[in-house]
Amino acid sequence: MGEKVLMKGNEAIAEAAIRAGCRHYFGYPITPQTELAAYMAKRMPKIGGVFLQAESEVAAINMVYGVAGTGKRVMTSSSSPGVSLKQEGISYIAGADLPALIINVQRGGPGLGGIQPSQSDYFQATKGGGHGDYRLIVLAPSSVQEMADLTAKAFDLSEKYLVPAMLLADGTMGQMMEPVDLSGISEPEKAEKPWAVTGTQCKRKHNIINSLYLVPEQLEQKNFERYERYKVIEENECLYESFMMDDADICVVAFGIAARVSKNAVVAARKEGIKVGLIRPITLWPFPKAPLAQAADKVKGFISVELSMGQMIEDVRLATECKKPVVLCNRTGGMIPTPEQVLESIRNMAKEGK
Amino acid sequence: MAIVFQKPKALTDAPLHYCPGCTHGIIHRLVAEAIDELGIEGKTVGVAPVGCAVMAYDYFACDMVEAAHGRAPAVATGLKRALPENIVFTYQGDGDLASIGMAETVHAATRGENITIIFVNNAIYGMTGGQMAPTSLPGQVTQTSPYGRDTATAGFPIRVSEMLATLDGPQYIERVAVNNVKNVNKAKKAIKKAFQNQVEGKGFSLIEVVSSCPTNWGMTPSKALQWVEEKMIPYYPLGVYKDRSAEKEGK
Ligand SMILES: Cc1ncc(C[n+]2csc(CCOP(=O)(O)OP(=O)(O)O)c2C)c(N)n1
Ligand code: SF4
Repeated sequence: MGEKVLMKGNEAIAEAAIRAGCRHYFGYPITPQTELAAYMAKRMPKIGGVFLQAESEVAAINMVYGVAGTGKRVMTSSSSPGVSLKQEGISYIAGADLPALIINVQRGGPGLGGIQPSQSDYFQATKGGGHGDYRLIVLAPSSVQEMADLTAKAFDLSEKYLVPAMLLADGTMGQMMEPVDLSGISEPEKAEKPWAVTGTQCKRKHNIINSLYLVPEQLEQKNFERYERYKVIEENECLYESFMMDDADICVVAFGIAARVSKNAVVAARKEGIKVGLIRPITLWPFPKAPLAQAADKVKGFISVELSMGQMIEDVRLATECKKPVVLCNRTGGMIPTPEQVLESIRNMAKEGK
Repeated sequence: MAIVFQKPKALTDAPLHYCPGCTHGIIHRLVAEAIDELGIEGKTVGVAPVGCAVMAYDYFACDMVEAAHGRAPAVATGLKRALPENIVFTYQGDGDLASIGMAETVHAATRGENITIIFVNNAIYGMTGGQMAPTSLPGQVTQTSPYGRDTATAGFPIRVSEMLATLDGPQYIERVAVNNVKNVNKAKKAIKKAFQNQVEGKGFSLIEVVSSCPTNWGMTPSKALQWVEEKMIPYYPLGVYKDRSAEKEGK
């Protein structure tokens, strides 16, 4: 066991990325992820890495694309408005089948929105965001420890499947201080990357990093191939936490900060004798459909707790094939549901049908 | 038998798709010759733009990356920061470099990124069928300035070389043309120097090449070259706009 240190979520991401071998960071200032960039600016020059404050998020993500083409670990971080600007580059990275890590420490929107925590970029992260047929691997931490662990995991998954990954956090997770143990995070063995552009040395045919296919049959084939890989990811990489679900009549579904709030509410409801449990998706894509589908045969209903107008709720309905009612318990615009609000929702569902 | 003319090694065998009489082909050749002569093909990574040169990744024999419209300097920045020992260049049109990608261009220049940019100024958007470019001349008729570019509403053409030369970051900026043999030879020298600078770690070099687009200018290739001489070059004077090594020597 390593030693625990007290860290802010944003800093934990940065330190975890460095320990996982990331030596290239490109960003543009935005609240509430500033500490992450500041940490990188301090550390990277000391360890022979690259920290570059780009002229915009558009430029930053395209710098990421450049490094990703060389096969080296690379990341960028931002918050909602900045992540909107990155969508062009994300689509190109996905289209060129490159690994990269994008961090979104979400804040309220739309537009300039606010600077308080939010989960309203769920659709953008999990359903596309940029143009074209593609997916991101999306991981949602709900503690500072997970901010670190999932950062390392995101790099690994992204490289394993050649699919860009996104860590979808929020302002509370970024600012929150908790003890973390980073001793488990290390750089993986260097793998061969025969596709990388590092110079032909005049010994091989040139490599091309590209997403342009003017022949539609070829582009269709490329998309088919990518979706075959997505299928494997959906089969093998779903992560979720199941809490008090064994005998549950009601299933709360929540991720990130909403899951922490919901857990408190579940514990409080149990004290009142209500059989309620929580399923916390850790991967938002692939979405953990199986445990929700199983729960749908046992529980009387689902409560989707979100810091948005209700986005994940659509995936809950799809996963459960609307077999049971799914209700929304939410705040938005930078507000966070309280445990009492979630508890009230649970009580209401418990009362129904009695 | 002495070979007097052959394809540069740094070009592949893929047939170029450019229109007859288009000077993109000459510029490709000059870039490839510079790469050959400096012996850097094996460590060069090129960045293709969005524009008529989008397929440049098939034509240059070195490793290549296709960038989003205008983002080539940012992509090249990432490449060069990850591969400081390699040679990184971009090849971009005027819409790509001076309109949608202006921020990326100016900031790569001001950071003094040790990269080489080949900027092809043909005063029009070729690929999309001849719309007004930031470099289209006042009065120039294009698909989106059908009554001629009206500077009152569409503003004035941007002289990229002059503008970038005001920055402290760049090492070398020169504007050349490829409308006659004499100018082609000068362009060749400038392009080679722009790569040589990078080999020597001197920093940002940009060569603006005044080019032609006979197809969208609606001219024969020879008439287009005449238009370059009579209209383009007077607005875009050829010459060195910045050369830090010469500044030093001069002192
Ligand atoms: C984001 C985006 N906007 C617009 C386009 C469409 N587009 C393709 S090429 C081009 C213009 C290129 O013109 P220029 O850079 O002058 O190069 P040329 O074709 O003249 O060589 C445009 C607008 C695109 N591909 N991507
Ligand atoms: S459209 Fe113009 S710039 Fe493009 S290949 Fe044809 S002549 Fe050249």
